[in-house]
Amino acid sequence: MAGLYLHIPFCKQACTYCDFHFSTSMQTREELVTALITEIKLQADYLPSKTLDTIYFGGGTPSLLSVDELERIFDQIQQYFTINKGAEITLEANPDDLTLAYLRKLRHTNVNRLSIGIQSFREQDLKMMNRAHTAKQAERVVPEAADTGFENLSIDLIYGIPDLKMDGWKKNLDKALALPVNHLSCYCLTVEPRTALAWQVEKGISKAVDDDEAANQYEWLIEKTEVAGIPWYEISNFGKPGFESQHNSNYWKGIPYLGIGPSAHSYNGKNRQWNIRNNPLYIKSINDKKIPFEEEFLTEAQRFNETVLTSLRTRNGLSKEAILKVATEDSWKKIKSQAEIKIANGLIIEKENSLQLTVKGLLLADAIASEFFLL
Amino acid sequence: MENIRNFCIIAHIDHGKSTLADRLLEYTNTVSKKDSQAQVLDDMDLERERGITIKSHAIQMDYERNGIKYTLNLIDTPGHVDFSYEVSRSIAACEGALLIVDAAQGIQAQTISNLYLALGSDLTIIPILNKIDLPSAEPEVVKDQIVDLLGCDREEILAASGKTGMGVHEILSAIVDRIPHPKGDPKAPLKALIFDSVFNSFRGIIAYFRIMDGEIRKGDHVKFAAADSEYHADEIGILKLTKTPRDVVKTGDVGYIISGIKEAKEVKVGDTLTHVARPCLENIAGFEEVKPMVFAGIYPVDTDEYEELRGAIEKLQLNDASLVFEPESSAALGFGFRCGFLGMLHMEIIQERLEREFNMTVITTVPNVSYHAYLTNGTDMIVNNPSDFPEPNYMDRIEEPYIRATIITKAEFTGAVMTLCILKRGNIINQSYLTTDRVELIFDMPMAEIVFDFYDKLKSISKGYASFDYHQTGYKESDLVRLDIKLNGEPVDALSALIHRDHSFTFGKKICEKLKELMTRQQFEIIIQAAIGAKIIARETVKALRKDVTAKCYGGDISRKRKLLEKQKEGKKRMRQVGNVEIPQQAFMAILKLDS
Repeated sequence: MAGLYLHIPFCKQACTYCDFHFSTSMQTREELVTALITEIKLQADYLPSKTLDTIYFGGGTPSLLSVDELERIFDQIQQYFTINKGAEITLEANPDDLTLAYLRKLRHTNVNRLSIGIQSFREQDLKMMNRAHTAKQAERVVPEAADTGFENLSIDLIYGIPDLKMDGWKKNLDKALALPVNHLSCYCLTVEPRTALAWQVEKGISKAVDDDEAANQYEWLIEKTEVAGIPWYEISNFGKPGFESQHNSNYWKGIPYLGIGPSAHSYNGKNRQWNIRNNPLYIKSINDKKIPFEEEFLTEAQRFNETVLTSLRTRNGLSKEAILKVATEDSWKKIKSQAEIKIANGLIIEKENSLQLTVKGLLLADAIASEFFLL
Repeated sequence: MENIRNFCIIAHIDHGKSTLADRLLEYTNTVSKKDSQAQVLDDMDLERERGITIKSHAIQMDYERNGIKYTLNLIDTPGHVDFSYEVSRSIAACEGALLIVDAAQGIQAQTISNLYLALGSDLTIIPILNKIDLPSAEPEVVKDQIVDLLGCDREEILAASGKTGMGVHEILSAIVDRIPHPKGDPKAPLKALIFDSVFNSFRGIIAYFRIMDGEIRKGDHVKFAAADSEYHADEIGILKLTKTPRDVVKTGDVGYIISGIKEAKEVKVGDTLTHVARPCLENIAGFEEVKPMVFAGIYPVDTDEYEELRGAIEKLQLNDASLVFEPESSAALGFGFRCGFLGMLHMEIIQERLEREFNMTVITTVPNVSYHAYLTNGTDMIVNNPSDFPEPNYMDRIEEPYIRATIITKAEFTGAVMTLCILKRGNIINQSYLTTDRVELIFDMPMAEIVFDFYDKLKSISKGYASFDYHQTGYKESDLVRLDIKLNGEPVDALSALIHRDHSFTFGKKICEKLKELMTRQQFEIIIQAAIGAKIIARETVKALRKDVTAKCYGGDISRKRKLLEKQKEGKKRMRQVGNVEIPQQAFMAILKLDS
């Protein structure tokens, strides 16, 4: 099993909350696509397997790529890897890019799943977050994508937006669930350091996210999606059975992945490496046939911690099986005894050979995970 | 002996003592101008930075006038009330004192109390008006104050500027002309006053002395009377800019002795140094064992550093015999030390030296004074720690130390100062006008009330103008209670405080509010209570933390998130736990930060 991630580091405009790597300057677009294609070749031996089960175009804004550019990238992938039959191939897309014409052409590429960044159906939220699309585009895009023939559709929503309030959130969620989607990703608005939003909050231009309000909205989300048949399978991810994102699920299972492009991360089971977060430097280095990366080799404790961190976020929870891959039977016993107080406090439920977070626990997942950490 | 002059300087902080001393050294060629760094005498970094003198120092200057060579010994003394015993011993080693008064600020409380010490030892006072070149100087007004205080003639007051060097020659002349030379019997048995000691990591303790009678020679077999210990004088000498070894130091002079003493506590300030074979008949009067006035627990932030902390405190004690400590343990803080200090400044200094010189981060608990408890079974005990506070049913009565506080302030702040002191359970004893707009107020106050948050308050209500001095007067019965703090029902011993019953409700309420602010939210609700015995007098609630979760955790987020959580967990190791409640470090300092 293995996955391939491609980072497309361009955006039309900067969303205030975003701390991913992107540039709003398209000047290097040509060179960058060429560099991505070169890097695929340079990294061809990184993964333990040559067969890809998932491919994911993330960003940035991958829907800024033309279909031609996508085709060139796919050609190169197929040159060095085998794409498994039935592989999940996702493209992150913004509503304003998904014109009918683009959707129709896209339908003929290998892309078979769209993850659409709607975020909110309310104009004021989109403005506040400096999104490039309008509320109208948000409402239009999913039915059109479905009509074009995309069956595997996911949308992103953001809750906890200061002015959204419970009422606004309920309406947004109702709209989303009425659409022909089989997957949702819902993120709490997070004020990341060194973002425009952080600056606005600091200056008092924007209100800070209210934790209690956000927690209420999350609880509503869990309840509502469960009823709608798109239940949670990871803290921020919801899918109809069989439509959970395989690519992302593999991150949480510790399955190897190769990341191509500036700032992309890779993991081969032993080491994690990540490319430089700078488009021109990335291009220059790739043109010199050098992959501009830093790496770290995980200690046993770090592997253990990552397993705890990622598994606890999933509905399957932290299983004995997962722990035994990175630690001993004794570690599992220790985890179980540490969990007792959490079980008593209603944060964790114990299933056969696994520990799963309750809704109350999901809201405290970081705090709980770190309590199990080894230092 | 006729050509020796021993003198000290009495001045308030910032009145220019160190700068003027630097000028004296420069004009007598003791230091060359190019070698001089500001405040030659204050050699500890902390002293230079804060502009205060913590240790006594001595330096000898050669001064020639009309063909006669004089030896001038300047003994520099600490200026703060915490060190008033050390000051008294330095004064006892001198025949004269320079009284330095800032021409703009006038006389301050501290100056007056040290001046009284000097007058009590019959020292000749040379009044000097310093900073005369400042635009805000009011020489005539301040001269009036000095005349009132000393009963001297206006003409006796010298005008100087440490900055420009103005008046320095006149000061040197006055030292020679006005201060009497030492009197002593060169033939009598050796009798020398120890006025300070310093620790040198290569040589051990270097003790400073002033010879009253007789003389000391290198190699002499000597003893310290009060410490009752004997040594050989491995090296003796005089104190120029650096130590200058001599074969003999004679009557009236000031010098040092190195004799293989390892710890400061073996040399007591005020002790008498004499010969073993031919001891002096009477020791020098005025010796006292140093007595700590303020006690607090000092704990390592990282519990693993207990032994390192012990090492650091032991090393500090090598050169600061007034620091006392004993191991103590706290359910909340683990293992640490109960330390005794001369006062709040001394406590701050020790804390700062631990951090700077030994790189130790420490938690200091609420400071308290030393109480005397009398039990129903007829015995009595000293209470230096809230945990020693006897159960009420075993206690007959408890007494607390009182001080006589002298505050000098501008007349317009009299009301505010009175209100503050009365709030702090003070009784006014006397109020007198030093000049038309400067008032001296004398209060009888419990010392516990000045232990925290008094001096800062005083400064702020008087816009920085009030000066404050005190000395302990004795013990009085008091209605004390122990206020305990409970977190989810578990008492936190390190947060207990001894307090007067009348203040306990307000205090308990404030501390609960402050703790609520400082406690981090946890996965459950935290109830903070203040209690006297079984009675809860205040309560606050810290709501449970509801949300602590990252929204996104994909390929690039995993290791970043892991590192962040690992770091947080590492940081939590520094938190203390009582029951299941984690207490951040700053919560233990909460009481010090209350604004009452």
